[in-house]
Amino acid sequence: MSELAGAGAGDADTRAIEASPLGPVRSQARFWRLKSFARDRGALVSGVLLVAVVLAVVFAPSIGRYGPDDADNLARYAPMGAGGHLLGTDQQGRDMLARLLFGGRVSLLIGVVPTLVAGAIGLGLGLVAGYVRGLVDQIIMRCLDVVFAFPMVLLAIAIAGSMRPGVLTEIIAITIVLVPYFARLARTATEGVVPMPFIEAARAAGGTRATIMLRYVLPNVFSPVVVYATTLMGLMIVVGSGLSFLGLGVQPPTADWGAMVAEGRVVLRRAPHVTILPGCAILIVSLAFNFLGDGIRDALDPRTIRR
Amino acid sequence: MGAFITRRLVGVLPVIVGVSIVIFLLIQLAPGDAATVLLGPQATEAARQELRHTLGLDQALPVQYFAWLVRTLSGDFGRSVATQLPVAALVLPRFVNTLILTLGSLLLAIVIGYSVGLFAALRAHSLFDRTSMAVALLAGSAPPFWLGLILVLLFAIQLRWLPVSGMQDIAGNGGALDVMRHLVLPAVTTALGPAAIIARIVRSSVIEALGRPHVRVARAKGLTRATLIKRHVILNALPPVVTITGLQLGYLLGGALLTEVVFAWPGLGSLLYDSITARDLPVIQATTLLIALAFVLANIVVDMINAALDPRLREA
Repeated sequence: MSELAGAGAGDADTRAIEASPLGPVRSQARFWRLKSFARDRGALVSGVLLVAVVLAVVFAPSIGRYGPDDADNLARYAPMGAGGHLLGTDQQGRDMLARLLFGGRVSLLIGVVPTLVAGAIGLGLGLVAGYVRGLVDQIIMRCLDVVFAFPMVLLAIAIAGSMRPGVLTEIIAITIVLVPYFARLARTATEGVVPMPFIEAARAAGGTRATIMLRYVLPNVFSPVVVYATTLMGLMIVVGSGLSFLGLGVQPPTADWGAMVAEGRVVLRRAPHVTILPGCAILIVSLAFNFLGDGIRDALDPRTIRR
Repeated sequence: MGAFITRRLVGVLPVIVGVSIVIFLLIQLAPGDAATVLLGPQATEAARQELRHTLGLDQALPVQYFAWLVRTLSGDFGRSVATQLPVAALVLPRFVNTLILTLGSLLLAIVIGYSVGLFAALRAHSLFDRTSMAVALLAGSAPPFWLGLILVLLFAIQLRWLPVSGMQDIAGNGGALDVMRHLVLPAVTTALGPAAIIARIVRSSVIEALGRPHVRVARAKGLTRATLIKRHVILNALPPVVTITGLQLGYLLGGALLTEVVFAWPGLGSLLYDSITARDLPVIQATTLLIALAFVLANIVVDMINAALDPRLREA
């Protein structure tokens, strides 16, 4: 990763770090990145918040007294705080807090897993396309152009809608539509790295194509992909909840945040909190991912390192 | 410019072929074989056999694809599994309604995004700037279908200013004015996300333009602030904004699909939703194809606008 920091050479901050007499360059640069990240209050708060959300959904069974599917006909439409239900109940008298926590497991999964899988696949494709060039590059990129020809949400809906509804279906659909975005980014980054002297040196030293790609190019392409992935996770939570809202994801009585909004829609007049709360959860988590992505980008970008 | 358009149109042909292959393959994703999917679960085995033969489902996949392509190109999208009506008759009127919603939202997104971004940039770091950018951040991160429901709650249920759903009054004789009234909430819902992103780009683009040397020279010449902004800032800040607006088209179309479901807007989005629920694959295919083609065309138009604004792009 530190090679990429060098890629922005000519920048005063970078040179200052590299010329620093204190310790090896790598740990120095890493230290400033950590420090810059810690100074970014939005990113820090978001990071802490996301960790808290993950812990809360993982330990959902030990939080609160109710299960997510425990219907109680006597406690339907309870407003927030009523009868021991901190966030109220829905039209079947199910505890909203429990449903939000358990639903969060699915929603986070749908936001995070496709981004990671598509990130890995796209990274591989982009790396090969950008390094090997020629016919391979042409074939890969023309195929990806076809995916770009669809509005992202439309293709995800069409793919998921043609398959059997379920969490796996949603994950597959979102992964497919995401791959080209990562591949294009990775290809551009690879193209930037390949002409650099250390790649030529590796080639002169007799490195094979695979060795050079994996040991020298990959580490330099990695960080922009990570930043992009973090920012996309927020958007994918929104897209995934959109698919669930349409009924393409988990089936009742299990619900994620998108499906909960769809359920709440029917009782919007009577109990608006059933709709409002899961949407707030989606909003907060997607905002947090966006802030976190910005923070990581700023921390990794040598131009924004401040002291 | 003519050569540029020709080049762009020729370049898009392979993409359209690719799109048609993807849409053809959708039916392969469906559980069960295509004959079962197309005829529905109630059909007899004999009927399924017959359809397999007429559609050539017993032949190799490439042969099937070409047969499907020829049928589709001649305007035959097949019959809806759910209603048994020809898909083309079902889809086309819906397409017009989706266009109304999408164009309305696009216009709204541009007007809101551009004016908010411009005002925020001209009063950078003021209260208006900070508030509007915070709101933009929220609107840009919120799920559009949920935002729509919140707007319904506020403006249709609480304040009763606007209708909750549909495209016309039940009698359907309200005319264009009635359609406009029904359009407000869905269009605002669809427009808010893209408007937020446009506003942020306009703001940074205008702030950047304000700092350029030619603006400083113009200011030194003694131009009034209004002339300066009109003549030297707005036009120079335009190209990145057009690009971003173009990129928002996909987001807008995708958002419109969900918004239609929320507001029961009788367009392709709600048709897609109904056909997914009914597992009506021919309708899903036709809807997806139409929207994708519209999207490809819209992108070409955006490229043309960009090329008209910036002659350098025409050479590339």
